[in-house]
Parts: sequence; C-alpha cells; structure tokens
Amino acid sequence: MKLPVYLDNHATTPLDPRVLQAMLPYFTEKFGNAASRNHSFGWEAEEAVEKARKQIADLIGAHPKEIIFTSGATESNNLAIKGVFQMYAEKGNHIITAATEHKAVLDTCKHLEQEGARVTYLPLKGDGLIDLDMLREAITDKTILVSIMYANNEIGVVQPVAEIGRICKERGVLFHTDAVQAAGKIPVDVNRDGVHLLSLSGHKIYGPKGVGALYVRRKGPRVQVTAQMDGGGHERGMRSGTLNVPGIVGLGEACEIARLEMDQEMARAGELRDYLKNRFLTELDEVFINGSMEHRLPHNLNISFAYVEGESLLMGINDIAVSSGSACTSATLEPSYVLKALGLGDDLAHTSIRFGIGRFNTREEVEYSANRLIEVVKKLRELSPLYEMVKEGIDLSKVQWTAH
Amino acid sequence: MAYSNKVLDHYNNPRNVGSLDKSDPNVGTGMVGAPECGDVMKLQIKVNGAGIIEDAKFKTFGCGSAIASSSLATEMLKGKTVDEALAIRNTELVSELSLPPVKIHCSVLAEDAIKAAIADYKKKTGAPAEAAAQVH
Ligand SMILES: Cc1ncc(COP(=O)(O)O)c(C=O)c1O
Repeated sequence: MKLPVYLDNHATTPLDPRVLQAMLPYFTEKFGNAASRNHSFGWEAEEAVEKARKQIADLIGAHPKEIIFTSGATESNNLAIKGVFQMYAEKGNHIITAATEHKAVLDTCKHLEQEGARVTYLPLKGDGLIDLDMLREAITDKTILVSIMYANNEIGVVQPVAEIGRICKERGVLFHTDAVQAAGKIPVDVNRDGVHLLSLSGHKIYGPKGVGALYVRRKGPRVQVTAQMDGGGHERGMRSGTLNVPGIVGLGEACEIARLEMDQEMARAGELRDYLKNRFLTELDEVFINGSMEHRLPHNLNISFAYVEGESLLMGINDIAVSSGSACTSATLEPSYVLKALGLGDDLAHTSIRFGIGRFNTREEVEYSANRLIEVVKKLRELSPLYEMVKEGIDLSKVQWTAH
Repeated sequence: MAYSNKVLDHYNNPRNVGSLDKSDPNVGTGMVGAPECGDVMKLQIKVNGAGIIEDAKFKTFGCGSAIASSSLATEMLKGKTVDEALAIRNTELVSELSLPPVKIHCSVLAEDAIKAAIADYKKKTGAPAEAAAQVH
C-alpha cells in the first residue's frame, strides 16, 4: 500500500489511465481545431468532440446537441444562472436556491442580486434535504429559475431532484441542477428528473481538470442562455472559445467509463464507506454522522468526532488525505457553512471530517485509514478537556465559556 | 498548512498532559476559550510552599498550534515563581514555535490560560498579589 492514502475524492479525482490514453493523441498528432471546416485536422478534432458529446449525453439521458462544453462546473453554473437571468429577464427576476449550494452557485446568485435579482436561499432540514413545501411556497410569478444541487459536495446528501423537477414543471419555472458530485456516481437522467440545465465537471469523475459541460434542454421547453463570453459563437452561440479537444475527449471517455461501471462502483464504494462508518460507530463513542444516511452518495461519509478539533485530527492523520469542516482549515476561519445550514453547532462543525471514497481506493487503504483515525481520535480525546468534562458528566452547554 | 518542527514535536509528544486535583488549595485551574470557537484550553498549576510552580498540566481542544502553545506553556511554567509566570507573554510562544500570523490567537489563548490559572490559585490562597510578591 502506498502512502499517503487519498480519500478526498469529492475535492478531485485522479485521472483514470484509460482516460489519459484516450486524450493523448489529441495533444500531438490530432491537434486540429474542431472549428476548422476545410481540412482533415479540423474534421478529426470535430469528430472526437462529437463522440465526446454523445458520451456525455448518454450518461445523463440527454441528446448530444444539448451539451455545451465549458472550462468546468464553476463556469457551467455561472453560465446557467447568469445566462437564464439575462435571457429571461422579461419574465421575472426571482431565483430560488439553497443555503448548502456550492460557492459557484451561491456567489453567482449574490452577484446577480447586485444586478437586480431577488434570490431566495432555502434553508435545509436537519438531514440536509430541502423542504419541498418551502420550495413550493417560495415560487412566485416572478420566479424564473430554481437552482438546487443534485448531491452535496460536503455531506453527499442527494436532493429529491425528480420531485423538484416536477414542481418546477408544474409552475413553469426552469430547473438547474449542479450535478458535479452526482453525475457518473449515481444514475442521473435529465428526463426522469425534469431538469432543464445541468452542470458537470471532468475532474470529479476521473477526467481532466479544466473541462466541464452544461446540459441545456432543447425540447419541452427549448431553453436558452445568454452567452457570458463574446467571441466566435461556438457551442450554438452559448459559449465562445476554441474547444479544448483533449480535455473534451477526456471528459467524454470519463463519462462513458462511469456509465458502464456505475453499478459495480456504487456497490463497491458503498461497501467500503459502510465499513468505515461501522468501524467508527462501534469503536468510538460520541461520533455523529452529518446529513441523511438514506439519501446520500454511496461513497460519502461526513462525520463529527466530537471533542476533537478537526485540524488537529488532520495533523495526526497526515498520511491520509481527507478534509475537515473545521474553521481552522478554511481560508475564512469560519466553520463549514454547509454543516451550519443543517443546524449543527459550531462545536460539532469544528470536529467534522469528510471522506470521499474513489474508484482507486483499496480495501486495505480504507482499513488502514479507519485504524489511524480511531487511534488519533482516542489520543486527542485524552488531550481534550471537553471529552474529560463530558465523561465527568458535565453538560457543556451549561458551561460559561470565555469566548474570545 | 505547513507546521514548524517545534509545533509538530509538541503535537506528537505533548508535555504535561493531564489534570491536577482541582480541589487542592495549591492548585490553580484556568479554562479559556469556547467549543464554538474551536479551541478550549485547560491549564493547571501546582504551587509549593516556596511559591514555586512545581507542576503544570494541560488539556487542549484545538488545532495543533493550540496544543503546542499550551504544551510549551506548561514547560515554561515549571520552576517559575507565580510572578515570573505572570510575566510570560504570548510573543515568547509565537517565536519559540514559529507560529504564523493566523495562529497567533493560539498563543494569546495560552497566555490567557496561564493568567486564569494564576488568578484561580490566588483566589484560593486568599492574599494574592502581595503573597506572591514576597517570595522574591
Ligand atoms: C458541487 C460542486 N459544484 C461545482 C464545483 C466546481 O467545479 P469546477 O472545479 O469544475 O469548477 C465543485 C467542485 O469544486 C463542486 O463540488
């Protein structure tokens, strides 16, 4: 087993060697510009791009013509939300999203608020799911877009996307979903789910970084977005710029592999995740799972090891790559806004660790990680005044702390 | 984030972890910080008849730098008089541990913990400041 062990597959995933093989020729001998219409270099590149478009479309039950290539999901989210806001300005200015969305959605919405958008940030239930009744009530005749992520990048909670799609359809509102963490991992189908726009990213599904796609529905209804970049009018005028052919080939190949291997991968990752979870739950006390276990990506675990601060835990397991919701590990020194949105106290948010099991993790790696985590949590609890107090029967919520 | 070797050393081999008997009149206990802020330090000193801190213990919930700051603080406390202990400044911890700017609050908290432990000790022994001053 090679150290360190990588269990942070929600942040990014390694490139699948099969994806790399598919990409390589497009850096060197097949270097053509897919927009070159009058020689074989261009045709070859275009053919590769169209193949990738179909591979991506097949993963999400879409038509290839509905796939727009982007530089990643940050761009896809920006294009979807800003593009709809501008394109449908006559219809209304209200956008509904949720408090646990990725910053690429939240900050895009914040930006649009300065341009006259009214945005509703739906709160979440304690299990991380949105309240469908609240969504229904939030929709007004000015609402043009609902943007709710398919699955959350921290807690892996999967939203009731098909029901959201149905509500949006009934009310004649467009539905965008950030499916970065879900597409390729669990079955996603734009028709079953009633999705109008969907973002995905290469590097979360064993494809390359810097490439993504936006699905834009073409029929029932035909959806359009205003381009956010001016230029040569590529991608049906919605996204100008010479196509990143090797990246696109990689994204396509990654989607095809994900589609073909999804069933077995879900089962394998789920089994390893449950092993990890069960080890923690049986060998440690005072551990709390964050977010619904039932509506959750099979490869995600987000768990708080109470009374052990997250950064100190990461320091102790420095041969395992995971991430923490602790403030100390974030640039803002604020604990995870996702966990806070679930109503988790800052004290528990500070002690949370996110695990993301990936395609290339072995059972041995997961066992090793469980052993190390348990060992370090026990050691740090011996150092923890909070754990000591709890063991003495003191109710920490009644203690007068000297906040600083 | 990269940690200095000193921080790593204190984190991996924390000195003086544990608890002293809170009810012992010669023991002063300081508890500072809050769980919501991500760090809580408990620091205890035991002062002998000559007014010298003969033992110090800590327990810390917090990041590696907070653990290292309190571990180092207990080391510095041992053998000092109460007044000498009061003179310990967070900047000494910062330079000894090479703490980066974002971790300075950990050293401030450790200084606060020292002060709180001494205040508790003085409260217990009655005539605080003067008694401590006379040991010189
Ligand atoms: C849910 C979600 N949305 C969007 C993004 C951004 O994707 P990209 O890195 O492709 O811009 C990420 C990844 O960080 C993500 O997890």
